[in-house]
Amino acid sequence: MTIPQAESSSGTAGWSAGLGRRGLSYILPFAVVAGLWQVASLFFPPFLFPSLIDVFKRCFEIFASWSQFSDVLATVGRILAGLAGAFLVGAAFAVLMARSRAVNDFLSPILTLFQGIPALSWVVFAIIWFHGIEPRIFFIMVMTTLPAFTFQVLSALLAMPRDLMEMVMSFRPTRAKLFRTMIIPAILPDILTAWKVNLGNASRVVVVAELVGATGGVGYELLQQQQVFDMAGALAWTLQLVFFVLIAQAILTLIENIAFRYRAVSERTL
Amino acid sequence: MTAATPIISLEQVSKSFSKSRAAPAYVAVDRLDLQVGQGQLLALLGKTGCGKSTIFNMIAGLTEPSSGTVTVDGRNPFRDFDSFRGKIAIVFQNDRLLPWRTAVQNVELGLEMLDVPAKRRKETAMHWLGRLGLRGHENDFPHALSGGMRQRVSIARAFATDANILLCDEPFSALDEMTGRALRAEFVKLVKENGKTAVFVTHSINEALEIGDRLVVLKRPANIAVDLPLAATTAPAEKEAIRNQIQSVLAA
Repeated sequence: MTIPQAESSSGTAGWSAGLGRRGLSYILPFAVVAGLWQVASLFFPPFLFPSLIDVFKRCFEIFASWSQFSDVLATVGRILAGLAGAFLVGAAFAVLMARSRAVNDFLSPILTLFQGIPALSWVVFAIIWFHGIEPRIFFIMVMTTLPAFTFQVLSALLAMPRDLMEMVMSFRPTRAKLFRTMIIPAILPDILTAWKVNLGNASRVVVVAELVGATGGVGYELLQQQQVFDMAGALAWTLQLVFFVLIAQAILTLIENIAFRYRAVSERTL
Repeated sequence: MTAATPIISLEQVSKSFSKSRAAPAYVAVDRLDLQVGQGQLLALLGKTGCGKSTIFNMIAGLTEPSSGTVTVDGRNPFRDFDSFRGKIAIVFQNDRLLPWRTAVQNVELGLEMLDVPAKRRKETAMHWLGRLGLRGHENDFPHALSGGMRQRVSIARAFATDANILLCDEPFSALDEMTGRALRAEFVKLVKENGKTAVFVTHSINEALEIGDRLVVLKRPANIAVDLPLAATTAPAEKEAIRNQIQSVLAA
């Protein structure tokens, strides 16, 4: 009776040690970069390498001031609106492409062409074509992330297990029930992956769009910092976007953990 | 041999497949006439690749015949696809459980398509899981169940909709002999108790002799080579003679 307890206790200790090692290996690269930066700040002027304390002070100021934090929220709102728009249009395109070869043959080259257009070109097109700031940024966000969303959802639809699809079809579902019971659960892992990938892309594109064509947001604020050579401010505004991406990725991972709890876990992993 | 009141009827049915217009068509089913009577348990026996599954898919309405007519309960199962909702249930060769659903949620699937209220859906699913010896496993995901248990869930899923017609495509072929035999016996019992009409596709002579009250042996491309009535009372010597006859037909 005592052996399992002993094993369990040593197992818990081993697990804690493993967790500690993983945590350390995750933090260590950041700590090294931060340390090198801090050392550089001792030898270079603040407009090149500001002290990390100054950077974190500026971060706190952005959090504490509503007028500044509203710029962060504006950027986050633009990212999410752009991604949602691109996802809805991309998913609709993907369904049509999966259903019809003719639609696939028509849309596929166009989307591939879009993929080759640089984000900055879309910014220029948007400035020429649209008047308002928000429509411009929304257009840029949708056009830069639409091809990836479409191709990722299309690939997920085409890779759906045919035998499961046949099984569900044998119950003669309505279209809505087919989507709810089979198609959406089957493609959800790929949808979440697509969101994770596009989230990183969108956070980079939104800054470019705001830098050129906006009067608010993180990109606009970065432009202000560049004009006064305020490196601490530039880093603090950049970190706002990094924090957002990290939080959004953590939320997506949480959704994955809940939604995919049905997956078998192998003791021997990759 | 024709049944008195056929519920499933195939008349001069052919099905061919072609990879391209230029390539010659592969004939899977060739002018097949087959009737299955109400309440009959038909064992459809043939070698691998003889077109059994194609016949099965045509009766299920998943494939359209190239020529001839398939009717189930007087209607075309392919064209009147939706009108058969809840009337035909299928047990496939592999369990085909949705991995993101628990055992009970998998059994509820067909009932969801029929808009059965959630409470009654769950009660029915639990009843069938209990009948198939899976009480206590209702909240397990498929990956946590053994092959035999998963196939039981798929049988429960088919019976839960109370469909009049059951189509089974070699459902026990992937299981070990002991589990397969036990499930076969349970399956025949459930079909008879509930007055279902069943078409059971198999490539095993023993399984066909154990299950069916009628046995149809198919030649390639699918057409009837032998059509025999069977009964539980058929004497072992007579069964042996039938087995030999089928073996010689299949060998030919």
